[in-house]
Amino acid sequence: MLLHDTAIIYGRYLRQSLRSRFALLFGVLMPLLYLVFFGPLLTGLPLGGRGSSWQVLVPGLLLQLGLFGALFAGFMIILENGQGVVERMRVTPVSRLALLLGRVLREATVFVLQAVLLVLAALAMGLRAPLIGIVIGFAFVALLTVSLASLSYALAMKVRTPQEFGPLVNAVSMPSMLLSGLMLPMTLGPRWLDVLSHFMPFRYLVDAMRDAYVGAYTTDHMLYGVLVAVGFAVLAVTVGTRVFRTAGA
Amino acid sequence: MPIISTASLARTFQTRRGPVEAVRGIDLTVREGEILGFLGPNGAGKTTTLRMLTTLLEPTGGAATVAGHDLATDAAGVRRACGYVAQSGGVDPQISVREELVTQGRLYRLSKTQAAARAAELARDLDLTDLLDRRCGTLSGGQRRRLDIAMALTHRPKVLFLDEPTTGLDPASRADLWDLVRRLRDAHGTTVFLTTHYLDEADALADRLVIVDRGVVVAEGTPSALKLEYGGSIGASLQDTFLAITGRGPVPADAAPVAV
Repeated sequence: MLLHDTAIIYGRYLRQSLRSRFALLFGVLMPLLYLVFFGPLLTGLPLGGRGSSWQVLVPGLLLQLGLFGALFAGFMIILENGQGVVERMRVTPVSRLALLLGRVLREATVFVLQAVLLVLAALAMGLRAPLIGIVIGFAFVALLTVSLASLSYALAMKVRTPQEFGPLVNAVSMPSMLLSGLMLPMTLGPRWLDVLSHFMPFRYLVDAMRDAYVGAYTTDHMLYGVLVAVGFAVLAVTVGTRVFRTAGA
Repeated sequence: MPIISTASLARTFQTRRGPVEAVRGIDLTVREGEILGFLGPNGAGKTTTLRMLTTLLEPTGGAATVAGHDLATDAAGVRRACGYVAQSGGVDPQISVREELVTQGRLYRLSKTQAAARAAELARDLDLTDLLDRRCGTLSGGQRRRLDIAMALTHRPKVLFLDEPTTGLDPASRADLWDLVRRLRDAHGTTVFLTTHYLDEADALADRLVIVDRGVVVAEGTPSALKLEYGGSIGASLQDTFLAITGRGPVPADAAPVAV
C-alpha cells in the first residue's frame, strides 16, 4: 500500500514538475553562475585538499543546489493548503507517509536531474573526477534533498503563510551554507570557525562528497558523511510524516 | 442506529494567547439518508466539527462514530465511509479535470482501469463530461463545485460532508446544487451533512437543522418545529428564528441601557 500510494503521489507531482520545464532549468541557474564566475577564481589557489579546485568546488555547489532548492520546497505546500489540496488528500485512506514521500521523492528526482546538468557543465569547465565518485555525490544530493524537503514541508504545514515561511527559511539557509564550507573548505579558516562548522550537519556531507570526487571511498569523512546523511534523512522524514498525520492542530 | 453520533465532541486549540475552545461539546445524531443542515454564526465551531468528523483534526475530548466506525480508533474506516468537500474545494488549478478525478480514484485504491471508468461515470453523473480535458482553473464557480463533489463521491461514500457548498455561487448554480444533493440522497441514500450561512438553503434543503453557537448545540429540529418554538409561529422566517436562538438579533428599541 505504501509503495502504491507513494507512486501515485510521486507521479502526480512529477507530472507537475515536467509541466514547468522552465522552472526546472531555472533552478540550475544560481549554481551555474557560481561555476562560471566563481570557479575560475579558485584555479591555482591552494585549497589544501587533494585534486583540482573543481573537485573541491563542484561537490559544494551540488549540495548548495539541494540546500536552497529543497529548503524552499515548502512554498508549494503553502499554495496547496490554500487550494485545499492537502486536506482533500488527507481525507482519503492514502498513507500519510506516502503523502510526504511522494512529494520529497519528486524533489529528489528534480535535484538529481539538475545536478546532472550542473556536473555536465562542470566537465566542460575542466572538472575531472571518477565516475563512481560522481554517482556517490548524486546519492548524497538525493538524501540531502529528501531530508531538507521533508523539514521544509513540515515547517510550511505549521506556519502556513509565505510571509512567515520565507524569512524563516532564509534564516536557516544562509548560515547553513556559510558554516558547512560549501564554497571553500573550512580547514582554510581559523580554528574556531572550523570547530563551529562541525556542529553543522551538512559539513559532514560536503567533506564526504569531496573525498568521493577524488576517488577516496573508505575514509573517515565518508563514514561520517554517510551516517549523518542517513540519520538526518530518517529524522526529517519522521518529523514530516508526523506533521502530515496531525496537521491542522 | 444513527449513521453519525457524537458525544461531547470537543476541540481546544492551544494558541499563544492561551487555549481557545473552538468546540466545547457537541452532541448530535444523524439518521441514515438524512440531509442535515448544520448552522451557526461565524466562529461557532461548524468547520472545526466537520474537520473532526472527517478525521482531519483530532478531537481533544468526547467521542464520535461515523457509519459504525469509531473516530478515535478506526480513522481508516471513517475515511472509507465519508466524503468531504471543504469550503475551498481541493483541486489544483493547473491540472486537468480528468487527471484530478483519476488520481482521486487511485488514492481510493482503484486500479488504473477502474479509476478511469469511475472518472467517466462521475463526469457523466455530474455533467462534467465536456470539461474533462479542461484545466480545473478554467472552470466556472458552479462547475468547480460539481467537480469538488465528484471528487468526494469517488468511493461512493455513505456520508457526504459539505462545508458551505453554495457560497459564492450564482442563483442558478445554487439551485442546480440543491437538486444534486437531493438526487444523491434519493438515488443512493447518501447521508448529507452540510453547513451553510444561507437560511433559505437550510429551509429548502435540510430535513433537520442543528444549530450551534459558541461550540455547543443550542437547538435542533425540523425547520418548521424550530420556527414554531423559537420564532413564535410556523410562519416565522428562519432568519428571525435563527437570530432568536443565537441571541445575536438587533437590540429591542425599548431596552434600557444597564449602565450609562
